[in-house]
Amino acid sequence: MTYIAKPKFHHPGLKKNELGYTHRDYEGKISTLCAGCGHDSITASIIEACYELSIEPHRVAKISGIGCSSKTPDYFLGNSHGFNSVHGRMPSVLTGANLANRELIYLGVSGDGDSASIGFGQFAHSIRRGVNMTYIVENNGVYGLTKGQFSATADRGSKSKKGVTNTDNAIDLVAIALQLGATFVARSFSGDKTQLVPLIAAAIGHKGASFIDVISPCIAFNNHAGSTKSFDYVREHNDAVNRLDVLVGRDPIAVDYAPGTVQVVEQHDGSRIALRKIDADYDPHDRLGAQTFLAKHAAKGQIVTGLLYVDPDAEDLHSHLNTVQTPLNTLEADTLCPGSAALDKFNASLR
Amino acid sequence: MKPTNIAAPDYFHKVVDCQWACPAHTPVPEYIRLIAQGRYSDAYMINWKSNVFPGILGRTCDRPCEPACRRGRVEETPVAICRLKRVAADFKDDITQRLPRPSAKNGKRVAFVGGGPASLTVARDLAPLGYHCTVFDGDPEAGGMMRSQIPKFRLPNSVIDEETGYILNLGVDFKGGHRIDSMKALLAEKYDAIFVGSGAPRGRELDIPGRKEAAANIHIGIEWLANVSFGHTDKIGKRVIVLGGGNTAMDCCRTARRLGGEKVTVVVRSGFEEMKASPWEKEDAIHEDIPILNYMVPIEFKHVAGKLIGVTFQHVKAELDAKGRRNLVPSGDPDQTIPCDDVLVAVGQENAFPWIEQDCGIEFDKWHMPKVDPKTFVSTNPKVFFGGDAAFGPKNIIWAVAQGHDAALSIHKMLSGEDITERPLPEVHVSSQKMGIHEWSYDNDISNDKRFKVPHRDKVIALKDIRTEVELGYDVKLALGEAHRCLNCDVQTVFSTSLCIECDACVDICPMDCITFTENGEEADLRQRLKAPSLHPDQDLYVSSDLKTGRVMVKDEDVCLHCGLCAERCPTGAWDMQKYLIEMTQAGSTCPTKSRSAA
Repeated sequence: MTYIAKPKFHHPGLKKNELGYTHRDYEGKISTLCAGCGHDSITASIIEACYELSIEPHRVAKISGIGCSSKTPDYFLGNSHGFNSVHGRMPSVLTGANLANRELIYLGVSGDGDSASIGFGQFAHSIRRGVNMTYIVENNGVYGLTKGQFSATADRGSKSKKGVTNTDNAIDLVAIALQLGATFVARSFSGDKTQLVPLIAAAIGHKGASFIDVISPCIAFNNHAGSTKSFDYVREHNDAVNRLDVLVGRDPIAVDYAPGTVQVVEQHDGSRIALRKIDADYDPHDRLGAQTFLAKHAAKGQIVTGLLYVDPDAEDLHSHLNTVQTPLNTLEADTLCPGSAALDKFNASLR
Repeated sequence: MKPTNIAAPDYFHKVVDCQWACPAHTPVPEYIRLIAQGRYSDAYMINWKSNVFPGILGRTCDRPCEPACRRGRVEETPVAICRLKRVAADFKDDITQRLPRPSAKNGKRVAFVGGGPASLTVARDLAPLGYHCTVFDGDPEAGGMMRSQIPKFRLPNSVIDEETGYILNLGVDFKGGHRIDSMKALLAEKYDAIFVGSGAPRGRELDIPGRKEAAANIHIGIEWLANVSFGHTDKIGKRVIVLGGGNTAMDCCRTARRLGGEKVTVVVRSGFEEMKASPWEKEDAIHEDIPILNYMVPIEFKHVAGKLIGVTFQHVKAELDAKGRRNLVPSGDPDQTIPCDDVLVAVGQENAFPWIEQDCGIEFDKWHMPKVDPKTFVSTNPKVFFGGDAAFGPKNIIWAVAQGHDAALSIHKMLSGEDITERPLPEVHVSSQKMGIHEWSYDNDISNDKRFKVPHRDKVIALKDIRTEVELGYDVKLALGEAHRCLNCDVQTVFSTSLCIECDACVDICPMDCITFTENGEEADLRQRLKAPSLHPDQDLYVSSDLKTGRVMVKDEDVCLHCGLCAERCPTGAWDMQKYLIEMTQAGSTCPTKSRSAA
């Protein structure tokens, strides 16, 4: 952490987005995480994605649990709504908020402890229900706040900073999210913003449960030889299946790609994703194929990154439940509470 | 691009924009930090060593440093460097104990023609080394144009007396009222070296109809200012026209306002924007109710019975010719006559060397200027050196000082039997400012304050007395606020490739988006791929050698705030904040010595 506030001055040539904001306008308070923490790069990527999408900060709700990762919503979007919930309970708070006001953009920020250990059940159910959200796990494979014990996502056989080998099997959150029916699943790396920023932007545009697992090295406790979540290890074993650009508006797609290498995915919000294939055989619309691909590469020790699965026609929890279109806080009292006659009528329908 | 060689003394020097722009290369951020700490005497001595006349320059310098100041690229206005220099001079204690002592004479004699800033700088550098310095000046007291041409309401005599005194007290022999009128005679006195610092003493004439007939009321600006300075002139007509747009014209019009000029008007040939006068001097003139009329060319002095009654002007406009050159052409508006009682002509200064005989071994070029080597300042006579306005025409005091240091070094080397063309490299100190994980030995918190105004004396009082100084200078509180605006550009961001793990922490925290990690390329290409647009290609890119991923770190030095956040957020110490202090070589400092410097 630092003692001084980040200076207000910014580069005089900074570009402004459609709202007239620079990316600096999407910042929050200065980070209190350790110097070099991967989480700060994820924070910077969220800032960049929101800036590029010209999102009005007051239209975003950022919700988190407990942990290093869950501190980060304080460091971005200083003018957005926020809720720092109990450990592992981010998904249920987010689900509730989403049901009450479907018009906000929901960013769920969590970590491997918050989502794969104490909040594993909550994580599973929010994905299963198809809550319209962008669920980001800042995954460092270690309990940083308690000085570096293995977390549930630490790979079996990887070594702790003290040299102890992990004997437990790892939870692969991406594999679980695919299995639970997430309609947008991606993995990325905090040290690769060119991949991460468009993934976050695309996830925000997706209507349904979007899940991004971001491997984020813990500089203090998990960036040593023997770790499988270190900068060096991830860079050496990163196997990106695709790269993407998010296109907002109706501009034609730049044609400097070799034919057949670009796949365009239309999103609900009108934006489009241009996917540049790296692995020619990889089909991001094939859930089963993705699961197999992941399992095979994981067995070889490779870390598959990119947009792994997307269902462009996804539905979300509101359409399943057939809820009212209007946010509850803008409904009049007589609509919210139509009186005893309406209740009697409803009860009668159930008899 | 090749990795940047930060060991080259010029690389970091260029990052300290103010110091790089200063002809004398005064370590500006270093003395501003000392002012912030209340160490005014230390700040003064740093200035004294580098620019010799801190109190004088703190009031009169043309400030090449301020347009260069990085702060001016970050917000609207640069740091008030010049007026902070005055603060050091105003609030210092008695510093006489810190000055060099007159030393035992080495038997070598150096003569100086003119006692202005160039000569005095050379004398200051040479006298402590044992040279017997004799300064000749036509005026009774030392200071040259600083005393004769700059009005007292800008620069009081007490300041000139003090700072010329520091030099003369080094055992320099000052012969006032002794004008040198023959170089030949001077050479015959067998001095070991002669330095000519006689300035540009002749005001340019304006030869238009009526000049001779109305001569009694037409005055040459610098001569008139000198007469005012020495008390020979103490009044002027009620209506005064000042011709010319330089700083001398500004001094003329403001002086006229104090000697009875009620309606003083400045008229310039070209546009207001193109005037040579410093913007703040124009502001000060306008503040004293002096209108500045532009695009008017004087064509005739109107007179009746030998008495001046006005000046006729032709209106012109600026046009670009086929070659893109700017020309003034008649605008077609009818000529205008402005009535007046006196005219002050301040249309430029010229050098004049009628006292240098043809056969002195000193060659002149076709513009009648001596042939002077721009590095060593030696003339074609190896014993005769030139500096200041006498060498390359009218410039400002700070240039005279800078040239004086170089000439002194040449004279010292020549008289030590060394090759004067070999110039020793400057002495450079680089030291880490790290005190703790996020503590630095400089104040890295960036002030958001706008430039503080220097308090002025009330106009009514100021205009009453020509010897009342207009500017009051910063008080301690204002000085502290202004000093905090300095970005400490001399505390450099130093990058160690081998320590970097490419975690992006520095990129994420940098408030100015200065840092980019990317594939290497040619400079023009790299400048296209920076995180924030490259606005000033004259500002260097700091490029690392190849990192583990094959990329390089590129830092655009342009708008770096030197806040040190990159170094605070760096987990491995790949970034460090290191203070860079460069000491220009002066006479007698040929061997780098371990010198004491303020932290």
